[in-house]
Amino acid sequence: MDVILFLIFAAIAVVCGINVVVQTHPISSAISLIGVMGALAVLYLLLGAEFLAAAQVIVYAGAVMVLFVFVIMLLNAGAETRRGRSWMAQLLGVPLVFAFLGLMAYFVQHVFPGSAEVRFGAFKHGTAQDVGRALFTQYLLPFEVVSVLILVAILGAVVLARKELE
Amino acid sequence: MNFFLLSLIKAAVVAFVLLTTLAYLQWVERKVIAHIQVRLGPSRVGPHGLLQPLADVIKLITKEDLIPPYVNKFLYLAAPFFAITMSLLSISVIPFGSEIRIPGGTTWMQLTDLNMGLLFVLAVSSMGVYGIALAGWASNNKYSLLGGLRSSAQMISYELPLSMALAAPLLLANTLSLRHIVEQQAGYYLGFIPRWAVFQMPMPQIFSFLIFLIAAFAETNRVPFDLPEAENELVAGFHTEYSSMKFAAFFMAEYANMITVCSITTTLFLGGWLPLWPSAAGSNYLPTVVFLLAGGIALSHGLHPARKPDRLTLPVVAVVFFLVAAVFLIPAVQAALAPLFWFAAKTGALLFLFIWIRGTLPRFRYDQLMAFAWKFLFPVAVLNLMVTGLLVAAFS
Amino acid sequence: MTGVPISWYLILSAVLFALGVAGFVLRRNIITVFMSIELMLNGVNLSFITFSYQLRQVNGHIFSFFVMVVAAAEAAVGLAIILTVFKNRSTLNIDDVSSMKN
Repeated sequence: MDVILFLIFAAIAVVCGINVVVQTHPISSAISLIGVMGALAVLYLLLGAEFLAAAQVIVYAGAVMVLFVFVIMLLNAGAETRRGRSWMAQLLGVPLVFAFLGLMAYFVQHVFPGSAEVRFGAFKHGTAQDVGRALFTQYLLPFEVVSVLILVAILGAVVLARKELE
Repeated sequence: MNFFLLSLIKAAVVAFVLLTTLAYLQWVERKVIAHIQVRLGPSRVGPHGLLQPLADVIKLITKEDLIPPYVNKFLYLAAPFFAITMSLLSISVIPFGSEIRIPGGTTWMQLTDLNMGLLFVLAVSSMGVYGIALAGWASNNKYSLLGGLRSSAQMISYELPLSMALAAPLLLANTLSLRHIVEQQAGYYLGFIPRWAVFQMPMPQIFSFLIFLIAAFAETNRVPFDLPEAENELVAGFHTEYSSMKFAAFFMAEYANMITVCSITTTLFLGGWLPLWPSAAGSNYLPTVVFLLAGGIALSHGLHPARKPDRLTLPVVAVVFFLVAAVFLIPAVQAALAPLFWFAAKTGALLFLFIWIRGTLPRFRYDQLMAFAWKFLFPVAVLNLMVTGLLVAAFS
Repeated sequence: MTGVPISWYLILSAVLFALGVAGFVLRRNIITVFMSIELMLNGVNLSFITFSYQLRQVNGHIFSFFVMVVAAAEAAVGLAIILTVFKNRSTLNIDDVSSMKN
């Protein structure tokens, strides 16, 4: 059951990921990216990270991607036109990507032998209580720093995107 | 009973009840607004217009289903599907009642109790923005795009006060699971004041309740925040180019959102399925009393009817109500269904409030709407959360 | 087998990261480049949570949470910059906004 769920949602994630890179119009890439994030949220649930799964949907898929979709709709720049694509990049690039992935897969299989298995329900400490406890005790300083970071980002976005005062 | 079979049965029952409630909520809305405006409302199709939802469904199904040219086909077809899916999904974590006995054990009147049930509801409601934004974009029509963008901007702006207003009763309840939140509101102060979140010490959550309700009006695009879909403003906004079943899907999504939001408010603030006064003082008999009263009113109107057909229909209605009142006297039924009656009563009262406000208030202009969210509601929600946090920390 | 080997999750994370890099390098539309960056960040998040499962600790989740927050802040500021670039150059093609010689 775990294997079937993993395979289905990993397949969805990979197909949507390829779609993000391949589609010409940015809005199709954005919808595919939302699909990737949804599939990843399910995979986080399988790994016992229930708070992170909810945060992924609320923050990433439900707010950051809405921002992307808004900007694409406002700018309305249309589909991307193909320019001169260097043949060298395609000839060398695609095999290199597969070589990189093959190497990663080999090393990962080597370091983590197949006996380490992920079972749904084996890790029970991903709840909101546990994340909250760690966040407010051990990681309090990064938490406060990140709040300042968000404030700076808000100010920056407001300043950059406002109309020029004539 | 086998877990999967039980879940399937529960899901079928909840889906059926939800879809019927959707249809008849529309009837109730039209009747209530009509009476507020001193007119009759639907009264021709069936007695008192009760078959009007059926007529509407048949009309919408048999309408011509056209797809305008130059629309983005995939997004145009996917948007209503997305909207209705997200609206119907949140109903799966709402507790409708307490534990009931079924052949083979006991079960809760809830489809599933997630550990992070409230976060699930928030997640699903954030995804609901896409249905509207993509519908506006895909229609290839400037009014739809404007309506879609305005509506999505309104929804994401009001998500912030909504979440802040949700966080305050969570400080009192200490859990994210909706079933446990209701269980935390059990008990009575001084023997008769219920410990619902709006009355709970150290900080009665009355402000959170009001902020949540206002933000919920904006989230579901209801009056006074319904500028993005108003007929005389933007030619029906983001669903201008939709016809027949796709339009019906958006319509259903809005009503389903209303029902979900009222159920969440009831669960978090009004004590879910808990009665108003202790069951030792007879709160289990309230359903019987209410149905007897309703039957009595129907009977008294039926004896001196305003219109000729009512001489037959109103006494029939009265007999039905008396039968239901009698059914509620059976102890087994009472134990199982009285909590459900309380939940339905509270949710129904909130839905009536939604409809009442629609019939009464004018709508906000768009800049007034956004200014209200960012300059008033969000600071008030943050202040409310801080005060609640301070009081909880001081008194525990 | 009743569970999923951990290496599968890590390979999926590597695949998503590689797709993100490919999109970042190959695409010319600036918004698509941005979305490839988000894809890379998601791949890395999956990796963090997998290791958190393996070590049975919650620290990986905290890291992942911070990555999400930083990604959100970066998306906000980056999209504001994109809006400004579009206002000034009227194009979203990154080849066309280069005004340096060659």
